[in-house]
Amino acid sequence: MSYPLFFVLAALSIISAAGVVLTRHPVRSAMCLVVTLFLLAVVFVFLDADFVAALQVVVYAGAILVVFLFVIMLLNLERDEPETHSQRRTFTGLTVTCLLALALLYLLRQSGTVLPGPGMNTAVPPGFGSIEAVGLRLFTHYLLQFEITGLLMLAGVIGAVVLAKRKVS
Amino acid sequence: MVEPLWLILSAAAIKALIVTLMVLQLAGSLGWVERKASALIQDRIGANRAGIFGFTGLGLVNTLMADPLKFLTKEDVIPGNVDHLFHTLAPCIHLFPALVTFAVIPFGDVLLIGDYTINLQVAPLNIGILFVLAMVSLGVYGVVLGGWASNNRWSLLGGIRGSAQMISYELAMGLAVVAMIMTYGTLDLQQMARAQGGMILGFIPDWGICYQPIAFLIFLCAGIAESKRVPFDLPESESELVSGFFTEYSGTKHLMFFMTDFVEVIIVAGLITTLFFGGWQVPYLARDGFHFPGGATLLLPNLVVAILQIVAFSVKLLFFCWLQIMIRWTLPRFRYDQLMRLGWITLLPLGFLNAIATAVVILAWAQH
Repeated sequence: MSYPLFFVLAALSIISAAGVVLTRHPVRSAMCLVVTLFLLAVVFVFLDADFVAALQVVVYAGAILVVFLFVIMLLNLERDEPETHSQRRTFTGLTVTCLLALALLYLLRQSGTVLPGPGMNTAVPPGFGSIEAVGLRLFTHYLLQFEITGLLMLAGVIGAVVLAKRKVS
Repeated sequence: MVEPLWLILSAAAIKALIVTLMVLQLAGSLGWVERKASALIQDRIGANRAGIFGFTGLGLVNTLMADPLKFLTKEDVIPGNVDHLFHTLAPCIHLFPALVTFAVIPFGDVLLIGDYTINLQVAPLNIGILFVLAMVSLGVYGVVLGGWASNNRWSLLGGIRGSAQMISYELAMGLAVVAMIMTYGTLDLQQMARAQGGMILGFIPDWGICYQPIAFLIFLCAGIAESKRVPFDLPESESELVSGFFTEYSGTKHLMFFMTDFVEVIIVAGLITTLFFGGWQVPYLARDGFHFPGGATLLLPNLVVAILQIVAFSVKLLFFCWLQIMIRWTLPRFRYDQLMRLGWITLLPLGFLNAIATAVVILAWAQH
């Protein structure tokens, strides 16, 4: 992935991500999130991770965010009134954000040149990011994690069924 | 021989342009077929008011000249209380995913120009059919935003119905596609089409429908539901919601919603053709010409083969467009609970069973 392209995509993603928190309108906020997720998918495409990019669009932009919008519209949420934030909340928010950013930076420095990719020490292996590579990895190396995720989702489904079956008195 | 970059880029640009224009042309023509076919089915005369010097041309003047001119020159009325940004964006968001989907559908095998080989598919993506599912799932936003931004009760109801319906049927469609991916062992639609070249017992085309008839039925139902046409047109249902999510649109924007409908019909027809009916395959036609059983061969130049394949693809595509229009004018609209029941209680479990059965058969075959 070339640097100019990366910076254009990164800048656009940051602008749309900022839009998610800065706009006061729930629908606009959700649409900004859709744009952010879509741009991330574009970044994945340029990082040779086609399959992850497709999943990003199918699952996040295409399914989860549609449900968000669906709920926003059903509840008919209107423009959010600006709240008066206490100074303590602002301070806590800033601290947590800074800590997260530092942790991310640390991780990036650690793995900096280890990950495969252009400009890295490790070359991209053939078939990297293809559905075969991801599938093999998922069902061999990460099988336990995969099964646990499946169990978690099953719990979610059962929870939804229980909630929906409850008699409304 | 590896193709130079300029050739790849220019070939891609030309293919993209031709395919987009052809799809739009076909979408317009389907408007005529729909009007005239509905008139014939309902025993009306239909679409014969406009004419040039008294020549109405089977409604062609009406639907291909008068209608588009009317839409394009009509005042673009934007009601006072709409959300301007999303009201304007919605038709574009609706049309765009439908138009780009055709990029992964192959319309022929290969075209040889000199020493160079050109793949007759706009975008040979590794993720192939997943791209289609991704774009289908993005198409929901046009419906949802159009319905919401119009600030009209009927539109909002249409938008909400549309989003629930499209999410529900995406699952069944995805499961039908999973069965096809397992059958062919690839996601690339071009490779799927190439895998359907042989003959069973020498006279039955080796097409996907022979292996996956249930997946075909699920895909056809889910495809019609995704394009929101009768009997699944709950999001617009004229008799209850005026025109559903695009009630508040006029002029060109209305035309864009209208066109998307037909583009989606073409996409569904193209996918059914490629997944289940051999795509561009002509029985007995290989890359170098016809090879009939019994040893008779008829060698043809590559250009003729490519044209034959494109014609075969177009004929199959048109047949499935016509089939969808026939279904649209034959069946009445479902009730909303019937629609949800069909999607979740019939198609989804059927899709699961079909996918599991496919996996078991493939495993047993590999063991055997």
